[in-house]
Amino acid sequence: MHLNQSLPPELIRIVISVVVLIGFTFLNVLLLGYAERKISGRIMRRPGPMEVGPQGIFQLLVDGVKLVAKQFIVPSEAGTLFRIAPLLAFMPVGLSFIVIPFSNRLQVRDLDTGLVFMLAVMSLNTFAILVAGWTSNSKYSLFGAIRSVAQSVSYEIPMLLSLLSVVLMANTLSMRGIVLAQSPVWYVVVQPVAFLIYFVAGLAETNRAPFDLPEAESELTAGFHTEYSGMGFSMFFLAEYTNMFFVCSLGVVLFFGGWSGPKLPYMDYTGIIWFFLKVYILLFVMIWIRWTFPRVRFDQLLNFCWMYLIPFSLVNLLLTAVVVKL
Amino acid sequence: MTIRADALPTQEMTINMGPQHPSTHGVLRVVLEMDGEHILEPEPVIGYAHRIQEKMGESRSWPGFLPNTGRLDYLSALIYNHGYVGLIERMTGTEVPLRAEYIRVITSELNRVSSHLLWLGAFLLDLGAFTPIMYAFDDREQILDILEDITGARLTYCYFRVGGVYRDVDDKFVENTRAFIKRLRGRFKPIYADLVTDNIIFIKRVKDIVNITPELAMRYGVTGPPLRSTGIRYDIRRNEPYSVYSELDFEIPVGSSGDCLETYLVRVNEMEQSLRIIEQALDRLPSGPVRTKVPRKLKLPQGDASFSVETARGELTYYLVSDGSDVPYRLKVRVPSFSNLSILKELCRNMLLSDLIMALGTLDLVIPEIDR
Repeated sequence: MHLNQSLPPELIRIVISVVVLIGFTFLNVLLLGYAERKISGRIMRRPGPMEVGPQGIFQLLVDGVKLVAKQFIVPSEAGTLFRIAPLLAFMPVGLSFIVIPFSNRLQVRDLDTGLVFMLAVMSLNTFAILVAGWTSNSKYSLFGAIRSVAQSVSYEIPMLLSLLSVVLMANTLSMRGIVLAQSPVWYVVVQPVAFLIYFVAGLAETNRAPFDLPEAESELTAGFHTEYSGMGFSMFFLAEYTNMFFVCSLGVVLFFGGWSGPKLPYMDYTGIIWFFLKVYILLFVMIWIRWTFPRVRFDQLLNFCWMYLIPFSLVNLLLTAVVVKL
Repeated sequence: MTIRADALPTQEMTINMGPQHPSTHGVLRVVLEMDGEHILEPEPVIGYAHRIQEKMGESRSWPGFLPNTGRLDYLSALIYNHGYVGLIERMTGTEVPLRAEYIRVITSELNRVSSHLLWLGAFLLDLGAFTPIMYAFDDREQILDILEDITGARLTYCYFRVGGVYRDVDDKFVENTRAFIKRLRGRFKPIYADLVTDNIIFIKRVKDIVNITPELAMRYGVTGPPLRSTGIRYDIRRNEPYSVYSELDFEIPVGSSGDCLETYLVRVNEMEQSLRIIEQALDRLPSGPVRTKVPRKLKLPQGDASFSVETARGELTYYLVSDGSDVPYRLKVRVPSFSNLSILKELCRNMLLSDLIMALGTLDLVIPEIDR
């Protein structure tokens, strides 16, 4: 009780949210990793992991323990930043959670520029990849990093343009405001083109197949994380899966009405159920795409962005602006 | 895209692709001079799986080398068996019973289909499509089971003998093979065609990529599907028929532009033709003995001879010189992958890195066969 009174309540809140968020991050990765393996198994007509626990549900846990126990090997002449890069990759993870509106009341901070904040923080991931690839002192890693930067630079543009058309309609940059603005009809109905462009750009942003060029296995062995082992690798793994979660949450907030859904008791809090349901459906689609399509070629990837996505999103933005003005 | 050299100082870099690399499929090493993502000069380096196979052939008795043949190209081991026994039969003038010839054709073609299925999966894996290899392996597994029943092995078969085959096939084999043909035919359209061949990303990745010209192919002695995809109808089974291929009705699929897509289609069509061959051979399978007696200690007459067969990868020729003793004086194996690989340097100049992977995939290399 004494402790409770002597500490400022703000500090306690921060500690609790950090613990919850880190816990959630790990849980989410465990869940997604398991889902990825099971779904890929079903798509390939095999059972997937079956050995550890019933239906192999503890497989990812065991993998995690293995990765933690492994030695973190640092290549000779790798820079000091080599050790920092995995942490850099993990940094946006904590920050992005601040603005996501899980339900009407469950949001850490409703910033006026929440969307801009989220996009800015999410694109920090590219720096981590660049640093990782550059300091690895390996040519395959360098190639992965170069590809990643080129890819991110091009795909941020259609992503932002498509989101801008949503912002024009909602007339706010606050994440909560955008959700509330979709009360009669979700923006995916009004803005299907913007959603498609956003989703494709999101796949590229998270380095998911068919745009997984920075880590193209058959070309660059493992791309930017070729030289990482143990915890260094698992940090990138965690960051990648959490980024997938963010891209899908952003998609849900902007196009699928966030927490809105059929009424539940205590809707201000239980809206989180609908939110997560929608996010995981989108994540399922991401996994589905990965195990179905071959990888595109690097120049095709960039051409696709500059020749199709950007013009289409510009036209879409223009049309939206005209319609909104009317 | 060109960058002015004086504006930005750029540096070419050398990349060692292999011998440990996921898409060289074995221990091939390619030294790449790279300018960004463009390859200036690819230099294949071979020899990491050299096992003195030819010398082994020269120090063992004639039939003693037979198990080695299956280890040269472990994906079409039976066809390699076929070439070697065919050569000895040609030199000694041994008559092979008709039933044995038909069994040889059936099993060889099954082996060809299994090799092409594995190629299909591995090629798509190089493209970054992870799922098709599982489907291809599922089908291939059926072939391995069928062949295991009669040969006792799943990969490195040694089933053919001088003068016939090791063991007769039973009704179960015929039944299983027919069931397999039905199954695979049913899977071409819904699985391989709809899922892979009609995929827009796949078409974009393979169409007009790695164009092999007929002129280049002939200059380097390229054979097999890469050659046929350029439009040259050259197949040992038709041009220099051995065994009972001349009695069977089948087509040689050819392409026109020699790009990856054509090579892919040639291989897929070849699988269908192989199924046709197997079906006909099963219908005509005569009864009778499967092996003629040959002396245990085989002595070949003095002289030299060669025998060519069409493996899944192209023309395989065994050439040997006999000095009349019970071991060969010289055994030379002309393997298709070696000639096919040798065009890589000219083919892949100024190509993107990912297209080099396509080129390696489309040539369908088996490295232990090159290194021998």
